Amino acid sequence: MTNDTLHAMAALIPPGSRVLDLGCGDGALLAHLQQHKACTGYGVELDDTNVHACVQRGVNVLQLNLDLGLSVFADQSFDVVLQIDTLQHLRNAETMLRETARVGRTGIVAFPNFAHWPNRWSILQGRMPVTKRLPYQWYDTPNIRVGTFKDFEVLAEKNGLQVVDAFGLQDGQRVDVWPNLMAGTAVFKFQKH
Amino acid sequence: MTVNAKPMIATPQAMDFAEPLVLQSGASVREYTLAFETYGTLNADRSNAVLVCHALNASHHVAGVYEGQDKSEGWWDNMIGPGKPVDTDHFFVIGVNNLGSCFGSTGPMHTHPDTGKVYGADFPVVTVEDWVNAQALLLDRLGITQLAAVLGGSLGGMQALSWTLQYPERVRHAVVVASAPNLTAENIAFNEVARRAIVTDPDFHGGHFYQHGVVPQRGLRIARMVGHITYLSDDVMNEKFGRELRDAVVGSATGYKYSTQDVEFQIESYLRYQGDKFSEYFDANTYLLITRALDYFDPARTYGGDLSAAFARTAAKFLLVSFTTDWRFSPARSREMVQALLDNQRDVSYAEIDAPHGHDAFLLDDARYMNVVRSYFARISNELTLRGLAKNVTTPSGGAA
Repeated sequence: MTNDTLHAMAALIPPGSRVLDLGCGDGALLAHLQQHKACTGYGVELDDTNVHACVQRGVNVLQLNLDLGLSVFADQSFDVVLQIDTLQHLRNAETMLRETARVGRTGIVAFPNFAHWPNRWSILQGRMPVTKRLPYQWYDTPNIRVGTFKDFEVLAEKNGLQVVDAFGLQDGQRVDVWPNLMAGTAVFKFQKH
Repeated sequence: MTVNAKPMIATPQAMDFAEPLVLQSGASVREYTLAFETYGTLNADRSNAVLVCHALNASHHVAGVYEGQDKSEGWWDNMIGPGKPVDTDHFFVIGVNNLGSCFGSTGPMHTHPDTGKVYGADFPVVTVEDWVNAQALLLDRLGITQLAAVLGGSLGGMQALSWTLQYPERVRHAVVVASAPNLTAENIAFNEVARRAIVTDPDFHGGHFYQHGVVPQRGLRIARMVGHITYLSDDVMNEKFGRELRDAVVGSATGYKYSTQDVEFQIESYLRYQGDKFSEYFDANTYLLITRALDYFDPARTYGGDLSAAFARTAAKFLLVSFTTDWRFSPARSREMVQALLDNQRDVSYAEIDAPHGHDAFLLDDARYMNVVRSYFARISNELTLRGLAKNVTTPSGGAA
């Protein structure tokens, strides 16, 4: 996560929130939230190196496989549940979205927007995009799915989620005009209806 | 990583207690002794103490070697010592041998003060809670009111957990490795097989074998063999032994001896060796007592099985570690504890290490495991430094000691 992205995400989280960060990576965001916004909570991470990094930072981390669900977390037990660049790695992104809404009062999801214009341009030329945001070749990418800003709107609607804020993120800046075309990252903040 | 050329020298100590210790069962033990060892230095405000709790067949000899005995490393010497994950350059580490054990603390082979005879089978049943109470009394005598951390694996993890329930105000951190909030029926079943092996050995004499000058070694061997199978994973056993024969018969197509009683496969040889070794140093009554303590441990029991309700008393921060191939204390059992801590909004980190070695993994060197524990203790050490600084700010220099 770039520093700009980290600050853009942190800006969405009210001070003092109890936060669950699904796929928390090295715990940088949680550490920032603890230090600067008096937040508490936990990260969930599968990768050994990231788990270790979280422990080093003094962030509560739980080494769990998100594909096995969120059964250890009680209903509505967090103010905010984050899925920052996690969705594209999950086998069942829809189940996880529902689980996010079950466990948290507010969900925040961020993922690479495949409809960003450089990606469209690449596809028009007949090739899968390789960009700063999606730096992998089609044959070695760890992302098991790609989706667009618009796709997520449809999925949120289908699951009865009320989107309270949605915008694009490009070079750490908020993009409110044509985010589906103009932003490399899609960000959604949602609640249960 | 610091590697010390010279091993740390450990010195066993003993503390005598005259006051009777009332046990969970209602019975009591009086005039008992606890064997213990300490490593590192207790700091001025006595805030850097770490208690290490042992599992079934271990002791207070946690780390270091005894003077002049190079091969006498403590059972968790890879974890604890100068420059090691639990760094004795920063922490004052205490290992205590539990009551009923056979390594120096009062146990079944000692004399009952009421009868003047060896306890044998009359040694009262002790529980994890009783051990924790005894450990707390030892800490009182050492002048330690609060532990920086309590640490244990397996049955030792149960004690660490019990500390956070029995003395929540005396524990800042609990590190619970390869443990469980109680034993499953299958786990009790394995313990029962081991106990029956011992009790049905003709040399057991109802637990009073000492006066017959014999030891129920056959029973102990089998108990240990069963235990050993459950400490390893199927994969690791296959990798280590496979179907290898110990001495294949030369000139035979199969290499088999066609004998039902000789050692044929390497795994048989290994188990027999482990059994023999164990039966020479471990006490049969201790084995019965300690497996029973394992069976009985169940802090949720008085809360109708509700572990979250039981954990409401905890105040410590937790690190839990499990190993994917550990089927005796499986990751699912650690996740139960994680869930109960989450329900109480406690600080908890949980590492599930993908190690092939089964339950034994908690005693082995796995870099991921060691690193997580090392970093967790480094955090505790940083907290100690901050506490020290805070204290220096509030205490005028040159004040009374």
